[in-house]
Amino acid sequence: MTQIQLKNVRKKYGAHDVIKGVDLDIRAGEFMVFVGPSGCGKSTLLRLISGLEEITDGTLEFDGARVNEVIPSQRGVAMVFQSYALYPHMSVFDNMAFGLKLAKSSKDEMHARVRAAAEMLQIDHLLDRKPKQLSGGQRQRVAIGRAIVRDPKVFLFDEPLSNLDAALRVATRLEIAKLHHEMTDVTMVYVTHDQVEAMTLADRICVLRDGMVEQVGTPEELYDAPNSTFVAGFIGSPKMNLLAGDIAAAHDCATLGIRAEHIDITKADGLWAGKVIHTENLGSDHYLFVEIGTAEPLVVRQPGKQQIALGQTINLTPQAAMIHRFDTGGRAIL
Amino acid sequence: MTATPTVPKGRSLSAQRKRAAFWFLVPMLAALLFVAAWPLFRTIYFSFTDTSLTSLYDGKWIGFDNYLSYRQLSSGKVIWRGTLVDPAWWNAVWNTVRFAFVSVALETVLGLMVALVLHRNFVGRGWVRAAILIPWAIPTIVSAKMWAWMLNDQFGIINDMLLRVGLIDAKIAWTANIETAMIAVLIVDVWKTTPFMALLCLAGLQMIPKDIYEAAKVDGISALRVFWRVTLPLLKPALMVAVIFRSLDALRVFDLVYVLTPNSKATKTMSVIARENLIEFDRFAYGSAQSTLLFALIAIFVSLYIWLGKMDLGGKADQ
Repeated sequence: MTQIQLKNVRKKYGAHDVIKGVDLDIRAGEFMVFVGPSGCGKSTLLRLISGLEEITDGTLEFDGARVNEVIPSQRGVAMVFQSYALYPHMSVFDNMAFGLKLAKSSKDEMHARVRAAAEMLQIDHLLDRKPKQLSGGQRQRVAIGRAIVRDPKVFLFDEPLSNLDAALRVATRLEIAKLHHEMTDVTMVYVTHDQVEAMTLADRICVLRDGMVEQVGTPEELYDAPNSTFVAGFIGSPKMNLLAGDIAAAHDCATLGIRAEHIDITKADGLWAGKVIHTENLGSDHYLFVEIGTAEPLVVRQPGKQQIALGQTINLTPQAAMIHRFDTGGRAIL
Repeated sequence: MTATPTVPKGRSLSAQRKRAAFWFLVPMLAALLFVAAWPLFRTIYFSFTDTSLTSLYDGKWIGFDNYLSYRQLSSGKVIWRGTLVDPAWWNAVWNTVRFAFVSVALETVLGLMVALVLHRNFVGRGWVRAAILIPWAIPTIVSAKMWAWMLNDQFGIINDMLLRVGLIDAKIAWTANIETAMIAVLIVDVWKTTPFMALLCLAGLQMIPKDIYEAAKVDGISALRVFWRVTLPLLKPALMVAVIFRSLDALRVFDLVYVLTPNSKATKTMSVIARENLIEFDRFAYGSAQSTLLFALIAIFVSLYIWLGKMDLGGKADQ
């Protein structure tokens, strides 16, 4: 069990600030996801934790001990890369065992550990193959297996699913979630730009923006109580409706946020009214895009099959308790 | 307008593409025919005649006599003649092979070391990369002459420096002395061609994905182990190509030896001795036979190398 603490961590490349002072507690054994748009510094932050990049300023602690100057291999971390980073000329077995041989572990133990990890990931029939003979999903499993074999205290994932197709991504996501439940004493840090991955995998999510922490919390907390318009817009699909102007002013705020599922269609005298300009049918439910005089159409989520025709004018009322209010700086008003 | 369901012969897209490709290749094929195939064929032909330099078109066909022939004297003694029993030829073969092996081996090791250094990030890397190519850019004649002066026994700077440092106590006639002539040639060749090797190795190193080095770093694998188990195996294809290029050059080395150590038995290579016979000794057909043998040797060497090294010349392997 390793607890990771970042205290005012900064990273500069020359004059360019990438990480601008991050304070963060990653609890022992939890699954922490760093999420944010590209260029927010989430991968850099992970590389600082791994030791592949040097910290410019601030302190990184593992279980209370400063590790800024500790080389990667002695931090007890294992990392899974977006590109898999498998050794192309080695078999799957050698790929997984390569990091182990140095540890002077006996041959039998090495074989046993590789085999156990391979069975866990259902790649035990592929041990003799070369990486180029494997599919993307299999390669990613080998990369994960290579990390498991080392029995790390901290497991780092750098966008591990980005190179997989949609179906495989869902399947592998499930595997990683399973892994987390099985390896309860391993702290996992996972980087993604995909908020769905963040929501489904994380114990807690850390939303990063422009080198700084925007909000940290459980997926529910971030979904239900985003502390800024940025988090509100980033977490959840479809995006939360963010309305400015008179509509917001009527509720005493600069920006009003309301999720698509928290808007009811009312027979008459709704708070807002508008024409349906576009619809998206997802089978289990459908989205209506309603023109109510704001910059972007209002998205309304309705269960089941579509009942309302395109071009029809409807009355809408937001559920009062579900309205999020933000000030001019984009911060939540509590 | 009636639509024709069948494509007229030779009008399909792939046939058109092939025809276009053929016409693009014609100038190249013609040039190769004139400058490579024809001279090669002529040389091989001359080697089976008694042609002399003064009467190139009057040669008579004499079969394999330039390579090997024998005559029985009235005493019953058999006299063998021809290149294959010529000690000067075999001396040249041995010189060439020794030169090729040692120079390519040294250049490969040194070139790889230089490439590994240049592959790292450091201030002024661009300048160093350009500067290191200078020896390769200088024409061989110029660098051979330059080194000949530096290695000069009376006035050469190398003897002077070695004397001052105290490594030698008498001046050495580097290029004239039979024991040091080959060393002198090797020094100059290594100096000149290591940059070429370094550049090919560097290109190979840059093809290796960086992320696997990061994976190795996180896994705590020592730099030496990474070099032997990761870098070298992944560099092997590039290294194989570099070595074969250099070997081909080294096996037909001429200018460096001709300028630096003229007429030294210790350094005469196959090319040098073939030219000697062709031009200086007026044994044109005999020299042609030696040229043909040199060509055959190189052809056999390259075939063996490609076959044994399982080289992929078609670029089929994708990783």
